Amino acid sequence: MLALEPPVTQRAVFDALEGRYPVLCGAIRDHATRRRRPFVRFFACGEDHSHDSPDAPLPDAVASGAEPLLVVGAMAGG
Amino acid sequence: MSGVRVLVGTRKGAFVLTSDGRRSRWDVSGPHFAGWEIYHVKGSPADPDRLYASQSSGWFGQQIQRSSDGGRTWEPVGNKFVYEGVPGTHQWYDGTPRPWEFKRVWHLEPSPKDPDAVYAGVEDASLFRTADGGKTWQELPGLRGHGSGSRWQPGAGGMCLHTILLHPTDPGRIFIAISAAGAFRTDDGGGTWKPINRGLVSAQIPDPKAEVGHCVHRVAMHRSRPDVLFMQKHWDVMRSDDAGESWREVSGNLPTDFGFVIDVHAHEPETLYVVPIKSDSEHFPPDGKLRVYRSRTGGNEWEALTNGLPQRDCYVNVLRDAMAVDALDACGIYFGTTGGQVYASADAGDTWAPIVRDLPAVLSVEVQTLS
Repeated sequence: MLALEPPVTQRAVFDALEGRYPVLCGAIRDHATRRRRPFVRFFACGEDHSHDSPDAPLPDAVASGAEPLLVVGAMAGG
Repeated sequence: MSGVRVLVGTRKGAFVLTSDGRRSRWDVSGPHFAGWEIYHVKGSPADPDRLYASQSSGWFGQQIQRSSDGGRTWEPVGNKFVYEGVPGTHQWYDGTPRPWEFKRVWHLEPSPKDPDAVYAGVEDASLFRTADGGKTWQELPGLRGHGSGSRWQPGAGGMCLHTILLHPTDPGRIFIAISAAGAFRTDDGGGTWKPINRGLVSAQIPDPKAEVGHCVHRVAMHRSRPDVLFMQKHWDVMRSDDAGESWREVSGNLPTDFGFVIDVHAHEPETLYVVPIKSDSEHFPPDGKLRVYRSRTGGNEWEALTNGLPQRDCYVNVLRDAMAVDALDACGIYFGTTGGQVYASADAGDTWAPIVRDLPAVLSVEVQTLS
């Protein structure tokens, strides 16, 4: 659980997550571009948020902690 | 009592194989980092318990793992490989400009003197270095930016810097090789570089004798003769006696001169090993027979080594970083296959036996000689 001030966005979430767990740097977002890695997907409240802007507010339920933001490796085989 | 530690990188994890000096009974540890592609694992000559591993996946990218106890335990260190400045473009397979983009670390080369200093060869091709045990990595931009970089193209496996040879006594001299750009040398520790491909002939590229653009698969050197280099190219086994200023072909009587690995006997600088592969479109041994070829004359005259290796129905490949030698007497030779076998010879190649048979596809093999 991360405690964040609004607006709660993808960027804010991952900045905080990587700050707490530096080993995740580069594993969810590309180091250079700071964009979502291509084979990683973001889901919340039953919706795919992978292609949302990193600065778009996440659903209220995620911001309040009622629902998680899921970071899932794509089912791309191999 | 002396012993050996064989470090194996595979498509689904790393394995550490250990034995005493007899090299007949082996302990197998792993998989470490199960499920991840381990492109390379190598130990520091300055501290044999210090190991580094390149761990990557298409999903979660690159990690560098470090062990300080010979591979029993590991910790992630720095994984930030960012090109210096504006990376620019190289060529894509179709000749169009393609931005430089980091994909993975192909090869780690620890310094012989400092366990915290390591070079990393990466895809898209460039050279990085750490001086703090892997926590941070800095590009040596002189290679990518020396002038020919915009003309480099990837080989089928990607545009990878796969070979790093550190001169044993001159810290300024480093040889590297890139698929499919060729071989390069620095004499000032990586500040400036020059292509060293004169004498290479590659029929598949528009100018077969071009300054850059050759698909070099692997380069090997014996530390007692650092000006003598041996190369397995995309076709042709080559030799240089002048630190890469010129090359000549030494394929000789090989059944095919396509292949990936090449290595040098630890105590005999003119004794070489290759594994001939049928062709660039058929990456398996000719006639279904897995044969290592040895030359005791620095090339040209080769003999097949087959005792203990499968001589029928064998269609595995041996990838470019998947052969190594130990420094025991007699010299031990090791190689891993895409079929998951790791073969070892404790008598310089006269006889072979599998250490393990059923690993995931082997990407790399290194060996440490332990006293």
